[in-house]
Amino acid sequence: MMAMPQETSGAVQETYSIETHNLSLWYGDFQALHAVSVRIRSGLITSLIGPSGCGKTTLLRCLNRVNERYGNVTTTGDIRVLGKNIYDEDVSLVELRRCVGMVFQRPNPLPISIYENVVFGLRIHTPAAQLSRSVLDEAVETSLKEVLLWDAVKDKLKKRATGLQLEQQQKLCIARLMPLKPQVVLMDEPCSALDARGTEAIEDLMSILGKRFTIVIVTHNMAQARRASEECIYMYMGKIVEHGTTLDVFLRPRNKETENYVEGRYG
Amino acid sequence: MFKETPWVRRKFAVERLVASLFALMAAAMIVPLLLVVAHLFWQAWPSLSWEFISAFPRNNLKEGGIYPAIYGTFLMVAISLAITAPIGILAAVYLNEYARDSWFTRIVNLAVVNLAGVPSIVHALFGVGAFVWITGRPCILAASMTLGIMTLPVIIASTKQSLAAVPMAFREACWNVGASRWQTIRTIVLPNSISGILTGVILQVSRAAGETAPILFTGAVFFRRELPQSPLDQSMSLSMHLFSIATQGGQVPLSIQYGTAVVLLGLVMAFNLGSIVLRIYFRTRKKW
Repeated sequence: MMAMPQETSGAVQETYSIETHNLSLWYGDFQALHAVSVRIRSGLITSLIGPSGCGKTTLLRCLNRVNERYGNVTTTGDIRVLGKNIYDEDVSLVELRRCVGMVFQRPNPLPISIYENVVFGLRIHTPAAQLSRSVLDEAVETSLKEVLLWDAVKDKLKKRATGLQLEQQQKLCIARLMPLKPQVVLMDEPCSALDARGTEAIEDLMSILGKRFTIVIVTHNMAQARRASEECIYMYMGKIVEHGTTLDVFLRPRNKETENYVEGRYG
Repeated sequence: MFKETPWVRRKFAVERLVASLFALMAAAMIVPLLLVVAHLFWQAWPSLSWEFISAFPRNNLKEGGIYPAIYGTFLMVAISLAITAPIGILAAVYLNEYARDSWFTRIVNLAVVNLAGVPSIVHALFGVGAFVWITGRPCILAASMTLGIMTLPVIIASTKQSLAAVPMAFREACWNVGASRWQTIRTIVLPNSISGILTGVILQVSRAAGETAPILFTGAVFFRRELPQSPLDQSMSLSMHLFSIATQGGQVPLSIQYGTAVVLLGLVMAFNLGSIVLRIYFRTRKKW
């Protein structure tokens, strides 16, 4: 297990769930990230904003090293999650991804039952002998309650998850991470496939869950970044342009480019 | 307002012409099938009987049935399937799920594509040179392996296609909760692609059942008094039987020739029907 970082600077004690140092990334010959150094605070919701192709999703996918599954990817630099360099030899990708969960743009429940979707992670990580019916049942109930989905689906747990409404599917995808007790949840435009009501439901859920773990959310929706996040990172062309509290980034941007973007002059 | 201009009228005239031409061509596909089947049955009718598919040929193939040929075809196809299905499916899983773009996978893919384009008679010669040489004499096993070499690349290609049809989002979902590739394949990818995979395999089986060239020198015989006792025996086969009685210069009654063709066609269609049934069965369990 990775140790919690204890970084003390004078009187103020600050902890960072994620720190990258000089992180560069190439897809083949194309450089998608340019020496990104960023520190994301623990227990907060941090939004990543910026125009399409600026590297938001790429950065997000680096944080649980799932990028490596997409083919010809080269990275240099450091990424520390909970203080541990995730490129260290002794880091198990399986354990890393268990700790750093991901929610996608398009809800991607697996084509199995709602019940099996929730316990999928448990089954993957635990020998079958250790998973009694009661353990699984309990995990399903707690997880679905945590994402406020229990009442809607408790009578159809054996039904296919792919038949749920999109909003419920997205909640289920979040519930799927719960039994693994993640410390960080990465969200890649989790609401862009949802309508206004679904978006609101997911944002409410984020504000509840945000107290329990660090959330990093990529979004194209500036209003959402403003509503739902406490810190905000503006990226452009694979570089971090600005990183501060959401209020600062939106109201008092230090950088002209940020100002143009958050005021909707382009992007 | 909103009046039809001459240009729009012309556009629709062309549209109708094109649509009916295409529909006609599509309908033209049915005609040869119906004609072939009707002609076969018409000519074969006098010979078709229970005895025809359950008895041995008699009197220099001029009377009796074709049971040993049916049996031989079944055996050859079954053995070839038992050899190629596991190899083909596992290779395709590797290529589609594990392999990255490297010189090795490029060579394998190139080999698959090229092997699929090799004429069956060339496979036959390879079978003689390799498998018959190994087994020491032409036999069912050598014939099956030759058929296998012929069908393998197509099985690999169709399996790869079925695997690729499983949405990437499912794999991402699995990887992101920490599933290994094998866990992903076992729990999600295979269950959702099995119908396509089996369909591809069965279609190749029915193709193998109809081939003559690959078994001509590797294990099929013109006539044999008893059924093969082991895979190292030679055997009669439907396609070979049809080939030999049809080229015997009119000594074998026409209805027996056509009857053999009907049985071969029926066998192939039965295989295809089986693949359709499997497909429907698995499709009802797969929804996304």
